[in-house]
Parts: sequence; C-alpha cells; structure tokens
Amino acid sequence: MAKLILLLLELCIIFCVVHAVFEDQVGKFDWRQQYVGKVRFSHFDTQMQSSKKVLVATESNVFAALNSRTGELFWRHVDKTGPEGNIDALLHHAQDAILVVGNGRVLRSWDVNIGGLNWEVLLDSGSFRSASLVGQQGTVKHVAVLKKAFISVHYLSNGHQKWIENLPDSETVDYQTVYSGGNGHVLVLGVVPHSHITIVVYSMEDGEIIKQVSVEAPWLSNIPASCVVVGQGILMCADSTTMSLNTLDLHQQTQMTQIPLQSLGLEADPDFHPSLMSHQPNAAQKPLSEFFLQLGPERYLLLQLNNGQIVTLRDFNPALLASFATTGEKTVAAVMSPKNKTACSINLFSADTGRRLLDTTLIFTVDPNGGKPEKLHVQAFLKKDDSVGYRVMVQTEDQTLTFIQQPGRVMWTREEALSDVVTMEMVDLPLTGTQAELEGEFGKKADGLFSMVLKRLSSQLIMLQAWIAHLWKLFYDARKPRSQVKNDISIDNLSRDEFNLQKMMVMVTSSGKLFGIDSKTGAILWKHYLDNIPSNAAFKLMVQRTTAHFPHPPQCTLLIKDKDTGLATLHVFNPIFGRRSQVTPPALPQPILQSLMLPLMDQDYAKVLLLVDDQYKVSAFPSTKNVLQQLQETASSIFFFLVDSSQGRLSGYRLRTDLSTEQVWEVVIPTEVQKIVFVKGKRPNEHVHSQGRVMGDRSVLYKYLNPNLLAVVTESTDMHQERSFIGILLIDGVTGRIIHEAVQRKARGPVHVVHSENWVVYEYWSTKSRRKEFSVIELYEGMELYNSTVFSSLDRPHAPQVLQQSYIFPSSISTMEATLTEKGITSRHILIGLPSGGILSLPKMFLDPRRPEIITEQSREENLIPYAPELIIRTEWFINYNQSVSRVRGIYTAPSGLESTCLVVAYGLDIYQTRVYPSKQFDVLKDDYDYMLISSVLFALFFATMISKRLAEVKLLNRAWR
Amino acid sequence: MARLLAFKAVIIINVLFSVCTDLAYCNNGRRGGDPLETEMSGFSVPLEHSFELDDVAKFQSRGSLLLKTGREPSVSLAQNQLSEDDRAKLKEVAAVDGLYRIRVPRVFLQADRQTEWQMEGYLTAFVRACAMVESHLSDVITLHTDVSGYLIGVSIVTLPGACRGTEVEDEVDLEVFNTTLSIMAPVNAPGPETALFLERMEQESEKKGKNPQEQKSFFAKYWYLILGGAIFLMLTNSAQPPAGGGREQS
Repeated sequence: MAKLILLLLELCIIFCVVHAVFEDQVGKFDWRQQYVGKVRFSHFDTQMQSSKKVLVATESNVFAALNSRTGELFWRHVDKTGPEGNIDALLHHAQDAILVVGNGRVLRSWDVNIGGLNWEVLLDSGSFRSASLVGQQGTVKHVAVLKKAFISVHYLSNGHQKWIENLPDSETVDYQTVYSGGNGHVLVLGVVPHSHITIVVYSMEDGEIIKQVSVEAPWLSNIPASCVVVGQGILMCADSTTMSLNTLDLHQQTQMTQIPLQSLGLEADPDFHPSLMSHQPNAAQKPLSEFFLQLGPERYLLLQLNNGQIVTLRDFNPALLASFATTGEKTVAAVMSPKNKTACSINLFSADTGRRLLDTTLIFTVDPNGGKPEKLHVQAFLKKDDSVGYRVMVQTEDQTLTFIQQPGRVMWTREEALSDVVTMEMVDLPLTGTQAELEGEFGKKADGLFSMVLKRLSSQLIMLQAWIAHLWKLFYDARKPRSQVKNDISIDNLSRDEFNLQKMMVMVTSSGKLFGIDSKTGAILWKHYLDNIPSNAAFKLMVQRTTAHFPHPPQCTLLIKDKDTGLATLHVFNPIFGRRSQVTPPALPQPILQSLMLPLMDQDYAKVLLLVDDQYKVSAFPSTKNVLQQLQETASSIFFFLVDSSQGRLSGYRLRTDLSTEQVWEVVIPTEVQKIVFVKGKRPNEHVHSQGRVMGDRSVLYKYLNPNLLAVVTESTDMHQERSFIGILLIDGVTGRIIHEAVQRKARGPVHVVHSENWVVYEYWSTKSRRKEFSVIELYEGMELYNSTVFSSLDRPHAPQVLQQSYIFPSSISTMEATLTEKGITSRHILIGLPSGGILSLPKMFLDPRRPEIITEQSREENLIPYAPELIIRTEWFINYNQSVSRVRGIYTAPSGLESTCLVVAYGLDIYQTRVYPSKQFDVLKDDYDYMLISSVLFALFFATMISKRLAEVKLLNRAWR
Repeated sequence: MARLLAFKAVIIINVLFSVCTDLAYCNNGRRGGDPLETEMSGFSVPLEHSFELDDVAKFQSRGSLLLKTGREPSVSLAQNQLSEDDRAKLKEVAAVDGLYRIRVPRVFLQADRQTEWQMEGYLTAFVRACAMVESHLSDVITLHTDVSGYLIGVSIVTLPGACRGTEVEDEVDLEVFNTTLSIMAPVNAPGPETALFLERMEQESEKKGKNPQEQKSFFAKYWYLILGGAIFLMLTNSAQPPAGGGREQS
C-alpha cells in the first residue's frame, strides 16, 4: 500500500504538469470572441422604449439577443448543427420569442429578457411550411403552424395545442402560407402550381372550416415569393410574365383583378422579377394598406391600396434597400439610397403619405473592403417631442452587422463571417522602425566607406530620436491617471514584442472575407472581402514570405479552388496590412490538382509555390528566371504526390527540368473495400530537438524522423459493426514505400489524426465496445542510426520498428492538434477540442506505446507511466477554464519566440486564443521573482571576495615578513 | 513474480516486434524457381522493370512472380538474368542518375477462380538506378496487400541503399538479381488492453493479501521516520506537544 502511495506521489511529482490559471490571470493571456453566424431573422425588442435587445436567429442555428448599444451578446442558444437545428421561423410577441426548429420538428418559446426557455413542444411530423401569430380581439394569444398536411394552433402561454386540423386535398394542393388578420379567422393559402389558389378559412375557436375557395391563377407557383396580404385582407400578387399586379379580396372575391403596371404608369425591368413587401405591425390587427414594390435591383416604390385602387405614394430611384418600422401608432418606411461610391444615405418616410420626415438622414459608410448592403433592420422610437427617431442595423454581403445611430455614428459592428473560419495562419509582426532601419543597413550592399559611415550615423540618430520619444511618452503617460493610459493597437504601431508572443492572425472565412487579427487583444486590424467566391470553395493559405526579409513586405497567398470544377484563383496579399500585393498572380486556366510550397526562394526571398494542373504540368509562382533556373537545378529532387480518393489511387510524381512531371510510383487501394478519408503529412515548420530517446539502460533508441511520411487513414465501406474497420497506412511520400500498414478492426469513423515527429495519434469509435478510443503509433529506427547526418527517403533501406498502443478515451472529440514550439525541446501536448466546448491539453506522455504493463527499474528510470487502459480527463487540463468554445472545428498552433510557449487558437462558432506551456515556463522568470534578493546576494558575495582577498594578501605578506 | 515476467515478455513481443514477426513469416517464400510452388493453388504474374536514358518508362519482363492464394498468401520469384545490353544500359542510366522502376499488375489474392484475380492497372515503385548498380542488383521487394487480399502496393529498396559513386568494374556482378521478396498483409492494431490490466490489478491485490509483510500498517513500517519527524518538530518548536507525530499521518 505504502509503496503504491509513494509511487503515486512520485508520479505526481514527475508527471503532473499543472496548467490551471490563477484567478488573476484570467483574460490576461487569452481572449474569446463569441459569434452567432449569418443573420436570417432579426427582431428589435420594442416592448419597452428603453429595451436594448436585438433578437437574431441565424443560419448557424443560433438564437441570440444582442445588446443594441454595444453589440455584445446578452445570451445565446446554440442548437444542433445541420438541418436538425435549422431555425425555420422566428416570431416575436411582447416578451416571447417563438421559434420553429428543425423543419417544424420543435416549437419553442423563449423569454426575451433572460433568454430562458418558456416551453417546448414537439410537433407532429411533416415538412414545415409557415408559421404565424394569430390575434383575436386585439390580443395575440396563439400561434399557428402550417405543415404540409395539417395546421395546428398552440397557446402562446404554455404551448398546448388548441386544435389541429388536416388540410383538405393536401396531396394535390401545396399549402404555403398562413395568415390572420385579427378577426377570429385563420386563412391558409395553398397553390396548385400553374392552376389555381386554394383558400381555406378556419374558425379560430374550434378549427372548423368556415369556407373553402379556389381562385384561378395559372401563372402562380410560389405564394410567399410573389404575394403579400395588404389592407383588409387583400392578397396582392406580382406577376412577372404579364408585368401586372393581381389583387384578390380573401374574404369576398373568387376571382383575381389584374392591374397592369403600365396602367399605373410604371415601367418594369424586363429581366427583373418584381417583388412585394408589406407590413403587419401587430398580429391582432390588419396589415397596412401601404406596401413596397421592388421593380428593379435599385428601384423601390411605395404604393397604397385605396378602395381597390393602387396609388403611387413615392418612387425611390435609386434605392438599395427599403424597410418598414413601427413605433407606437406610427409606421415609417426607411429607404437606403446610394449617395456616392463610399457612402449610402438612409431616410425615413411617413408610411401613410410617403412624405420625407425632416432631420432623419443617416449616412452609412460603405467599407471599400466589405460587401454590399443586403438587409436593413430598422428600430424606430418616439422621441420626447413625439417625432420618430430611429437606428438601423445594416447587414452586408460579407455577414457584417453594422449598427448605426443618427446622424451616422457607428455604434458597433459585428463580423459574423468569423463564425465560420476555414483556415488560418499566424504571421510574425514586423520589426519596429528603428530595428528595421538597422536591419536595412545590413541588408543593403556596401557602397563606399564614407556613405556607410553616414548611414550608420543616421540610423544611430534615428534610434536616439526614437528613444527620446519613448522616454517622453513614458513621462507623459506617467502623469495621466492610469485608467486613461490605454495602448490602442492600430496597424501603425504594430511591432514585434521581445519574445514574439504577439502575432498577426490571418483568418480566412468561408464567406470569402479575410481578417487580420491581433493575437494579443483580438482586435480586428484589417479585413478584406473577396467577392465572387464560389459557394463550395476550398481555401489554402500559404505564407510565401515572412516578415524576416526587410525591406521586402511579407506576402501571403490564398488559393481559392472551386471544388466542382477544380478551377482556382490566387489572391496575393500582405498579411500585416491586408492589402492586395503588387505582384500579379498568374492566371490559372486549368483545374488545379495540387499545390506545394518549396523551400526554394527567389531573389526577393519569396518561397516558390508550385501548382500542378490536370495535365500534370507544373507552373511556378513567382516564375522569374531565377526561380526557373533553380527549379531546373533541383528538379530531380522535387517529388510530389496526388490523391484521388474516389479511385483510391495515391500516386507519386517527380518534376522534370522542363517543368513537366513523370509518375514514379503508384499505390491503389480498392474502393470496394475501403475509402481514403485522410492523408496527413507533417507540418513543414516543425523542429525536432532530440533524435532519440534515452532508455533505462542508457542506450539510445533513435526516432524514425521521416519528413516525407504520410499517414493515410481509410474507412471500410462495409459499415456492419462486426466487419467495419479503420486502416492506417504510413507511406513515404517520395518513394511510395508502404512503411507500415495496420487495421483497427471493429472500428469506425469519424477519425481524427495528428501526425508529428515520429508518431501518429488517431482517435476512432470502437463498435465492439461502443466507446471512443485513442491509438498511438511510434516509429523508431532502432538502436543505431542509419545515416545520422541527413535523412533521405531514397536511402533508408531498413523498415523502422513500429510500436502501437491504444487507450480508452471517455469523451468524443471534435478536433485535435499537437502543440508546436520554436526548437522542439519542450515536450509535446495534444490539444483536443471537445464537443462540450472545452479544450483539453493532453500530455503526449500519456500516449506513449512504450508505457509498460509491468513497472521495472528501467521503465522507472525512463519516466514511463505504467500502462492504464483509460485516459482520464483531468479538469486542470482544460486550457480554457470556463471560456467554452462552441462547435470547435479547428485548432491552430504556432510557436512563439519563447521555447516554452506555444500559441493556440481554437476556432469554430467562437474564437479563442491562448498560450500553453507544455513543460511549464522553464525559460521565464516568475512575476514575483526576487531581483532584490539575488542582486544583493551577488553584491555581498562580490564584496566578500574582495575583502577576503585583501585580507589574505595582508596575511600572506605578514607571514612573509615573519 | 515469474508469472509477471512471463506476461511482460509476451506483451513486449506482441507490441514491440509485431512487425518483425510478420516479416519473418512473410519471408518464407523467397528465392524463385522452386518447381513445387507452381503446383499449389496459385498463379504467376509478370514482374516488369524499366530503366531508360530519357526516363520514359518502357517496361520489360524481369521475371515472374508466383503467388499462392488463400488465407496465408506467399510469393516466390523466378527471374531472368540481365543481358549484356541491359547491363550496359543500366550502368549508363546510373551514370545520369536515372530511375530504375518496377511494376506488377494489380491482383486479388483471395480469388477462387483464375478469372477473378486479374484487375486493371499496375502498381509501380522505383529506386535510383545507381543504387541498383552499386548494390550489385541486390534488392528487397515487398508486396503489400490489404485486409481482403487485394495487392495495393509494391516497394523496392536496395541493400545498401546509398549511391556513393563507386565504380562497378566486374560485369558479372550485374548479371544475377539477388532479390529478397516478401508479401505483407496489414497488422492488426491492438485495442486497449483492459483484460491484462485488470488481471494485473487482481494479481497485485492477491499478492498483497498473501504477503503479511505488505500488510504491515503504515505506522509499523515508517515509525522511525515519524518518530524522527516528531523529535525534529519538538526540537524546533518546544511549545508543540509530542502528539505532533499524529499530524504526519494526515
């Protein structure tokens, strides 16, 4: 027993690396940003004049309330991803927000104030069509949900079903809209495409069908897209073929009245599908009789239906967007019209008359690096003098929300594109001006002694000047109260810090917007929206030139590839400022199969990017003479591989001097049995400090460090739980040699893989034991190194030793990555993103196939932990304490200037940045380090030596005299 | 203890040398030309090679692989000698650092009938021609199959693998291939070793139950340490009552 306790103590001392943060360190080295995604529905909470809430439901299945003063989140509810959590409709009434989720699967009511769930009911299955609040006698107490075959009405207070009725002839009629004018009836509108509309009127009380009418409408196929209800229950439809408006009184008429647009004196754009927009301020009342008609991409008309006559109130030409808003009894129309290239103006108009309201102009500045405005959300309020004031939230194509107050003050912006980061890189910040000046001096060619001296003097002068400025600033700041001294990070004062801990995070989002984010504070320093990005684009971001080559600016290249056609474009930009680079990227007319960065550099220190097209021809970027010459010289040692997972084919190619390629190896994995799901190489910037491991008997076990090694993961096509398996192949990317081939039987994906140094860690689902398991493969050359100076795939005849061990992991995982440090001395940890939002830092030591089953003296000497089948999640291993990262999709690690420190960014719906110290901060003095003590001890010792030396001298002299 | 050691040995062999054991059993079919092999259920496929000055692959027959199908596939090789022209060409190719490629057709080893084993396409691999020359045509060819017996890859390395630029004077050295041939199926990756772990835990607790030495209480074993600590505490803090030893336990 005691032995066990001692052993445990020993283990604790040796292995427990504490990662927990102290309370006062919270938020010091880390930050989190929470996002909601692209807004689909939004409502302003207008029940109180002072309310500050904006309710948003997004395409990322998130329902949230934003603070309209600051843009921060009050609360947020993240639903399941995919169609199951898809938000179909958002209805807002007083304190309740009603959500229809998952194609009409669930109906939920949320309390707007605190974000709590009031109730939730499961609806009968059937695909969702429409939902609407139903009012009666001036109050709204019910919600109606229309599905393909039935309509159900629920109480707002508790969600109980009041009645449910089958729809007549639901096989032939496509019911699309439900409408209530607040008079005790619920109207369901359905259409038989290109034939007629069916209107069914239900009684609110018991769901009895009061009336059922069919109206001829052979041109109509989609009611919500082309029809609105205005005024006293008049259905107004726009017909783009005959360019006319059609009206139908839902209560009385049985035939549509056609009003040609020409009779109103309107000319329509022949290619444009006219659309209508109406406004119903309250579900218990009838909609307004005024409505918008959009006639062209930049033309809106405010029309009024008056006793069956359509009156044009105002023609807005040009107008980008229009929207209604109601406050109290007043309804206004807000119209955004372009002013000049960089600004739009928004004006308010009275909805009943079309008159412009005075002093309501608001200027919206269009970001030249952003997208066009897409949606306008208006919050109107009554001022003290009973006039209408308003604020707007503008949603642009690049998923940015901008909240503006009169006369154009931007209160906040939210970059919702960041909720879907696809890939990212961290780039070192540039040196300060003075450092750069010194660097530049060494970089330039010598041109005479005198000019060199002058240059040196001038740079010394500049340094002196900078130093004085710095001193002055210190002095100036010291006089100010501490709260005012705030280091504003802007693009101009960006410079590398002492330990290179602050970097520029370049993030690429799926919408095509690029961001430059300061890693220390999380501030967005630049953004750039790339329009015309295909919706299914794949992105690859590469750093071609780092900041180390002053005066050449750093350069990043983004490869954007359409997944269907394979056609690609390059976007070359400066990662520090976000500006498009002067360098013109080559046009790529052929589909691109593969891209690879070579360690070769051109004369401007830009790494060479090779692009392989579908003709197996290679083009280089940059393609200067210098580069082409270098390529010719090194062509015979440039190999690359292609993976065709649809055919299970892995093939290796070698570059020829004329930039064509030749196939040198081929491995074919039959797709009938298994399919390739992952091919993972190692990170090119990875350093391994130690070539081997010292064993208990002081001999060395050398690692098999093949930089060209690929880990290929396959999954069986047979998904039966007894026969399904996961295959792991380790293939040399140069020679195509299969180094190791293993199958994990009775296992299934999703598989997550990390490949680094001499190990591969993967995680899978064990169908036999129904749990998640981790497995680790390590490769060793053995006790002798074949060729210790250089590794060549062409000259390693002996296969490495392969060790493998598996463990049980008590949680499923979302993503996995390994820490990375400057020189690779620090021990490695594996960062695991869990679905719960935690990020776990698991020491690699626990995933070591040499963990012994039986403890021996030697294994203890080697610090090996005895094998235990289960990996335990310890709470202190969570690096993000309570800062959960929702739906974590990727983890990016980057080395810092300190060997002990690794920068970590986890991204998903949220973005979280922190630092980890896998071996603790062994190269940093602690904050509370006692400088006084050490220096006084040093001084004391120094003086003591001096004095004792003197005394010894005197003594010696005295002895000599004796 | 002896039992434990035996366990350990088993585990180590299982884990550490699974690959090596595989190699050993795979190598049993090396060296071609054994007439007995052809009589067993199997078939032969051509092994082709190519070495050209302009590096455009032109595959010629090098020999034939005799594959024995079934649960434990094995392979043997019958190969021709290099002709004089080929020897000269190989040396020339080696001089310009060309490639020596081999290829085998894709086959399905578990097939029962002759018609089923053939599949479309080839599997290729290469070494530098100079390595082939300098190793005097001694190469190691490995055929890899997947779980269900499809041939998925071939690899070739020479022993020694390096190109040092040593001249091969004797033409005879380049006449006969000295080939080590093996066929490898995927290894079964181990799952978590729960059974062994539990057994070990049980054994440990059993052992403790048997051994009265182990059952001695904490105090019985470390009384001298506790006493020493208590005395030390007493000396440092005379106000402290001698019951200080009790604090050690917690």
